[in-house]
Amino acid sequence: MIPRNADEPTLLAGLSTGDVTPEAPPAGPPPPTGPGYEVRPRARAPLPGDADEWLEVSVGPHHPSTHGVFRMDVVLEGERVRRLKPVFGYLHRNHEKLAEQTSYLGSIPYTDRLDYFCSLTNNWAYVLTVEKLAGIPVPERAEYLRVITAELTRILNHLCLIGFLTHDMGTMGTPLMYAFREREKVLDLFEALTGARMMCNYFRFGGCRCDLPPGWVEGVQRFVEGLPRFLDEFEALLSTNEILLARTVGIGVLPPALAVNAGITGPMLRASGVNYDVRKVDRYGIYDRFRFRVPLGEHGDTYDRYMVRLLEIRESREILLQALRDLPPGPVLNPQAKQRGLRPRPGEAYGRIEAPKGELGFYLISDGGPNPYRYRVRPPSLINLTILEDLCLGHTLADAVVILGSVDIVMGEVDR
Amino acid sequence: MTLPEPYRLAAFVLGALAFVGLNAAYLVWVERKGAARFQRRPGPTEVGPEGLLQPIADAIKLLSKQVIVPPGADALLFRLAPAVVMAPALMTFAVLPFGAHLTARPMSVGLLLAVAFGSINVMAILLGGWASRNKYAIISAARVVSQNVAYEIPLLLVVITLLMITGTLDLSEIVRQQAGGFWRWNVFKLWVNPLMPVTFVIFFICLLAETNRAPFDMAEAESELVAGAFTEYAGMGFGVFFMAEYANIVVGCALATALFLGGWQSPFGIGSGVGWFLLKLYLLIFTVVWIRWTFPRTQFYGLLNLSWKILIPISLGTLGLTSVLLKFIRP
Repeated sequence: MIPRNADEPTLLAGLSTGDVTPEAPPAGPPPPTGPGYEVRPRARAPLPGDADEWLEVSVGPHHPSTHGVFRMDVVLEGERVRRLKPVFGYLHRNHEKLAEQTSYLGSIPYTDRLDYFCSLTNNWAYVLTVEKLAGIPVPERAEYLRVITAELTRILNHLCLIGFLTHDMGTMGTPLMYAFREREKVLDLFEALTGARMMCNYFRFGGCRCDLPPGWVEGVQRFVEGLPRFLDEFEALLSTNEILLARTVGIGVLPPALAVNAGITGPMLRASGVNYDVRKVDRYGIYDRFRFRVPLGEHGDTYDRYMVRLLEIRESREILLQALRDLPPGPVLNPQAKQRGLRPRPGEAYGRIEAPKGELGFYLISDGGPNPYRYRVRPPSLINLTILEDLCLGHTLADAVVILGSVDIVMGEVDR
Repeated sequence: MTLPEPYRLAAFVLGALAFVGLNAAYLVWVERKGAARFQRRPGPTEVGPEGLLQPIADAIKLLSKQVIVPPGADALLFRLAPAVVMAPALMTFAVLPFGAHLTARPMSVGLLLAVAFGSINVMAILLGGWASRNKYAIISAARVVSQNVAYEIPLLLVVITLLMITGTLDLSEIVRQQAGGFWRWNVFKLWVNPLMPVTFVIFFICLLAETNRAPFDMAEAESELVAGAFTEYAGMGFGVFFMAEYANIVVGCALATALFLGGWQSPFGIGSGVGWFLLKLYLLIFTVVWIRWTFPRTQFYGLLNLSWKILIPISLGTLGLTSVLLKFIRP
């Protein structure tokens, strides 16, 4: 126990007030005001004079629609949001530090727990980075399996997102349950393939853990064939619903300039009309072999974000059809690839994929040891969440909840 | 059917309480089962056959819980609010005409009484929200009051339209005028006013808003305000609010049945009775449940816009049209 009194500087305080006197900010040129810089309002602008009437509500961390343990410090004027401060970190699990202490192989199950809806794409991003770092080629069939499972994951994630989004609008879970029925089919397929429904832990360096069980491809075929019927029904019920339009059109508009400057990726960026899809840009894996379109939004509002996801499900279905058609025979795991005791040569690698929520990247530095020297995740959920205030200002609290739903976050990935 | 006054009173109190209690309990069951069917899941199945004893189990659970008054809350108002929400709903049952001779207290101003008591529950939610010392509850209280301004006016305009047609405030008399086949029901009286079905729709929308049901459940708004004004209520405090919600639905749907759908009158002109009243009542209640589980929630700005820009002009229009038609077409 360290006795502590008022004038004794604490450890943290010593860092700033100890021997070094705090420097005055350098009187240099003013901060750059390039295109888009002025879009973002000042985060902590002083409150105006009539702020006595404002109400500060701490929405979360346990709240029905903050998608886990997320908290928004909202300042309301009546029902209008005047300030919004996203607060996260309640689900911090030391993911990166844990991965630096464990072997390369041992981190794969941990990546499942990042975005627990999309364990397979998490696996892929990590495995891709390690393959880059160690220079491991992947057999043809394994690449196809990766595409198939990743696109199934994308369908699953977007279905759930639309379900949760409408749930946040107050449909009391009916579309959510419809979406979950389709999700069940995907989860059954995952279970048949990997033995786990959500924490799949399926990819390995240089391929996949095991080959397909008998009848699996037919199962995916059946699911893919039934999907348009479900989507048509879903769209007929929701996409032109008067209340849904009133709640989403023009709500939470994300200007493309701000989206690019803030590093937004994934469907949220594309809903703002920026044509950027890592599958097209990087053509990682074998994505250059498939014909698919990238749906783009026009206004960047909540409705566009909803619609982009629906359209992406259809495009994922196209990819699935092509992948199932072309699926070659062969090994699913590179026999030369070392799984246990992998010691990549010293170096660094950044691998990224188009995860359902955006660009999911892993950055690894190897010092030649059995575990990474540095391990860093670029989580799309967290970075897409940073502009929440800009989307919500001036809208009502109810809109803020819907906008948060349309950002598509999973707290496992935000807090890591 | 002339009982001495004390017996009559006792019968009414017992009957109304039992009816409300059973309805509240089993409408919850109906709602949960119905919602489950809409959502492709089985709903309650564990307690009793088909989960039929689930409401009893819920009631026991709620009754055995402590009613917690949050620190800093206005304890008196906080405890008073559930009573204020329940009492008017029960009072309205006095004038509901279940059958030709089955009215607790036939009154010449029955409709006025029902409408007057119907608007008290807003005050109860306001009280509960204000007394809870909870920010969500305060927002909810503010919402429910502004919501009240929105739907009460078209509701009353529609009621006035109907009054001009029927010429009486006595609910039993209104039903009696609709005897003899479904074309005689007020909702189908197109020769009196070709817009009668529209007035019924407006009445129904206002009823949804009055009972705080989806898509106008902004006061409870689970996804924004946790549970709105009921956030801090535990145990039977919450239970009473919950029962009152269903009691209000029953009252509202019963009024709609009596005013527009011919009350206890059979649609074929023969064999009228309580059964028809209950059938129409529960069909309407099912519609309310149906709407709740299929529509997203509006914002209360949405309700204000709907009310002031659509409902009030239309109901004023029907009011004017009805008066003109009554004056010039009918002798």
